[in-house]
Amino acid sequence: MKTFSHYLPLICAIALAALGPFLGPYLGDLVVKVMILAIFALSLELLVGMTGLVSLGHAAFYGIGAYATVLGSGKEGGSIAMLLPLAMGCAAGYALVTGALSLRTRGVYFIMVTLAFAQMAFFVFHDTALGGGSDGIYMYIRPVLGALDLENSKVQFYFVLSALVFTYGLLALIRRSRFGAALAGIRVNEQRMRAAGFPVYGYKLAAFVIAGALAGLAGFLVASRDGVVNPELLAWHNSGEVLLMIILGGLGHLRGAVIGAVAFTLLKELLSTHAIVGPLADHWQLTLGLAIIAFVALLPKGIVGLRVRVMPKKEAAA
Amino acid sequence: MSRLLAVETLTRRFGGLVAVNKVTLDLHLGEVHAVIGTNGAGKSTLINMLSGEIEASDGRITLNGEDITRRAQFRRALAGVGRSYQRTTIFPEFTVLENCRLAAQATSPRPWAIWQSSHSCEYSNGAAREALEAAGLGAVAGRVAGTLSHGAKRQLEVAMCLATKPRVLLLDEPLAGMGAEETERMLGLLANLKATHAILLVEHDMDAVFRIADRITVMVNGTVIATGDPASIRVNPEVRTAYLGEDH
Repeated sequence: MKTFSHYLPLICAIALAALGPFLGPYLGDLVVKVMILAIFALSLELLVGMTGLVSLGHAAFYGIGAYATVLGSGKEGGSIAMLLPLAMGCAAGYALVTGALSLRTRGVYFIMVTLAFAQMAFFVFHDTALGGGSDGIYMYIRPVLGALDLENSKVQFYFVLSALVFTYGLLALIRRSRFGAALAGIRVNEQRMRAAGFPVYGYKLAAFVIAGALAGLAGFLVASRDGVVNPELLAWHNSGEVLLMIILGGLGHLRGAVIGAVAFTLLKELLSTHAIVGPLADHWQLTLGLAIIAFVALLPKGIVGLRVRVMPKKEAAA
Repeated sequence: MSRLLAVETLTRRFGGLVAVNKVTLDLHLGEVHAVIGTNGAGKSTLINMLSGEIEASDGRITLNGEDITRRAQFRRALAGVGRSYQRTTIFPEFTVLENCRLAAQATSPRPWAIWQSSHSCEYSNGAAREALEAAGLGAVAGRVAGTLSHGAKRQLEVAMCLATKPRVLLLDEPLAGMGAEETERMLGLLANLKATHAILLVEHDMDAVFRIADRITVMVNGTVIATGDPASIRVNPEVRTAYLGEDH
């Protein structure tokens, strides 16, 4: 049965599209930032929530996508048609190589190996001439495709929104497909999947590469928005933050990743604003940490779990 | 009778311990071949080697004359070797039908067709329904698997194995922890499956084994000490002292 909640993501997307022109520069920019993070979080949800692979190195693919965009655009700027596949391709390529190796481990070892590969990528950009060192590199001209000029903030807004709808739609399709069912099976009981005749390693690697490519898409968008990249994009705390987002929102739900990205960004914004929290704003990391601990303690199933508590019957039927 | 699976001098060493020592046995279509032995005799290790979960240190396994000794587990499963586990390994959070459908999907995976819903996959649904009916679980197809009784979970374990349409069944203690009624049902199911499958049965319930098995192999400390029909095993003096006990 299709309920109202089933259509909620679509309604939100249409509402955002309608509201787009009326958002001021501050709010518009904040929404774009959140939407990019939502894409990044969704890409990790494919790994953690759907396949049961907890990665602590996901920022590597995000950062590689961003760097590929800036490096590929050069002084003359570049076409979206060239830079977007380049960003996603580079991220997917790194995911293929590191995934092929790290997926031979599991559990806490997998976490450590993904972290190690991400740190390797971090230091390549941080310590070599390629990435411009810790200051990063500027993009001279933002990507363009015909009338689509990402220099224009309205164009940027709708481009990012389309990318979010695409990512959400793609993952929703994957979830209900045979591929998604197999990933869920691997999450619950890998041994049985192998006994049934599934090439489990191949499935995991495919999920890892798709997740990497989508993180690369988010990286392309963040580079196009900021016009600058620096190694912090690949840093391990960025991997940790995106993991926090999907946990905060609620693992196992696509909307959880989006809600988590919204909640995390708003919390961070709120707790670092002097006008709201006064001098505490200087210590936003501390208050943010406490807030997250409180959230996780009170809502073990994430923010999506709230709905279940309010309407337990409906959830059981769905 | 056609031989489906042949095992020759199969050996598995764990460091200095020889868990399975030069075991040779055959599985034929239309036959239940029971492997019995005390705890630690190497029965589960044997099944794990046949299904491909652990590698053999030595020896050869052939399926329909083809050497599969070094083949990955999922390839053996796709070639027709199905197994059930001693410890129930189902997907507790999925429904009974979903459990079987997922197992059946292995034979018709098509993972790239992401526009098609897994729920409407005709092949998997058909194979899953068939397996559930055969295992007597048709009535509880919609139940969440984790909420089933222990006996029903054991039946589901076998149903999931059947859903992949194997020719060879490796069943690791399918009767463990079952009540009398459930045992009867499972034995009935095995008797039905026999005609179209080659079955390896590892089981501790001796009454059941002697009723259903066409051939019995007795293992002690990783080594086969006797193979034969139930009648000859029953009177075999070596088996009596080593395993069955004098009073049997």
